[in-house]
Amino acid sequence: MFEAFFSNRTVSVLAEALPRILTAGLTMTIPLTLVSFFFAMIIAVAVALVQYANVPVLRQIARFYIWVIRGTPLLVQLFIIFYGLPSVGIMLDAFPAAVIAFAFNEGAYCAETMRGALESVPQGQLEAGYCVGMSWWQIMRRIVLPQALRTAVPALSNSLIGMIKDTSLASNITVAELFMAGQRVAARTYIFLPIYCEVAVVYLLFCTVITKLQALLERRLNAHGFQ
Amino acid sequence: MAMLEICNVQKTFRTDAKPGLHAGIFHRPGARKAAHELQVLRGVDLTVEKGDVVAILGPSGSGKTTLLRCLNFLETADAGQLILDGESFDLAHANRADIARLRKKTAFVFQNYNLFRNKTALQNVTEGLIVARRMPKEQADAVGMKMLAKVGLADRADSYPRQLSGGQQQRVAIARALASDPEIIYFDEPTSALDPELTGEVLSVMRQLAEEGMTMLVVTHEMGFARNVSSKTVFMENGVVVEQAPSRQFFADPKEERTREFLRKIAHTE
Repeated sequence: MFEAFFSNRTVSVLAEALPRILTAGLTMTIPLTLVSFFFAMIIAVAVALVQYANVPVLRQIARFYIWVIRGTPLLVQLFIIFYGLPSVGIMLDAFPAAVIAFAFNEGAYCAETMRGALESVPQGQLEAGYCVGMSWWQIMRRIVLPQALRTAVPALSNSLIGMIKDTSLASNITVAELFMAGQRVAARTYIFLPIYCEVAVVYLLFCTVITKLQALLERRLNAHGFQ
Repeated sequence: MAMLEICNVQKTFRTDAKPGLHAGIFHRPGARKAAHELQVLRGVDLTVEKGDVVAILGPSGSGKTTLLRCLNFLETADAGQLILDGESFDLAHANRADIARLRKKTAFVFQNYNLFRNKTALQNVTEGLIVARRMPKEQADAVGMKMLAKVGLADRADSYPRQLSGGQQQRVAIARALASDPEIIYFDEPTSALDPELTGEVLSVMRQLAEEGMTMLVVTHEMGFARNVSSKTVFMENGVVVEQAPSRQFFADPKEERTREFLRKIAHTE
């Protein structure tokens, strides 16, 4: 069984595939993840704030959005946006379609994380802000949101790590990301097990880097006396 | 003319008073009928002169804290009027501008300090000045350092709240209250969360403010403070003011039987 891994041909194919997989990862998977996560965070904060502030109509819209997104598979959402929307006249390139799907999908989950984090900030923080004359917005921006974000860091890092791996689904809508790069080599050379293991190791590498960055960020925040 | 006059403050708590909290999918429409009502304030009148230090005493649940919170719109009263410096406010129906104007003239010190947890001691003091009053940062920092020095904490300016003791946190909170140069400071049981040693350091700061002529309205369980520092003492029970008098007279010669009973009970603990 191990010959499959160590035959000269396998080793040379793996060595040849590695730069392709890494390049696809660095130029597609990582940008796709970061851009999508950036928009997901904006959506999450907005959706969480709307619920936290109990804004009448927007609050119901937010609950509906979270209900729909969390209740349907990400792959189906990707297909609706990329293959479905053209039939109503909305044509999107693969990359923007993927960004939209990932941002809205992750946004729904992170919105719940943010809502929990916002509600964990004691009411007294708001009251103290009011008493020194600050407005609701000023208190949110400068007092409550920073504290909530700090609370949410571990859970949001989880989401980010999950998202790196979920971007492999984008290969289904023709985004030439990390997984697709591996798939192409495997299909051409018929070396499946070693290639897919190589793909897995590269994902593992990316996730390890994110985990280390999270630990670093938390240490820095704690050193700031900020908890 | 009195500096602060409050008339007929009324407030009723209802168990469904927090909108949205239980309004989820399991909310029963009929639940409202079973809601419990508790009248906490039944028409409170109070007058505070400039430079007065008024101590509000009373058993738990007498409405002292709620009264203080209504005066700063942290709670909305059902009825009531407040006149501060000749300017009148309706405590039941105030708009945002009224609330902002009133809060600019007052400051509030909480039982559990409520320092901003993501800000240093100095930033806690300057935050309101910079953000709400648009004071330039250098000027605000100068005011902040002066106020921290006043409460004896200039050397802890860069400490975060969690790095400070309870007494130190409460002194920072007092510095924060002083920074906005308020007409009056409301204290809501400022020492109730502190052990006796830390209570002492907070009370001595408050005593110093009283000597400097700061107008203060203090809800407290500290009989020593009411007796020796405050100029006037108010006794509240069941949402009404039972008795109010200059502190010396209040403790030496209480008029109401209920006040005498309260003071007798307290005497055991002193």
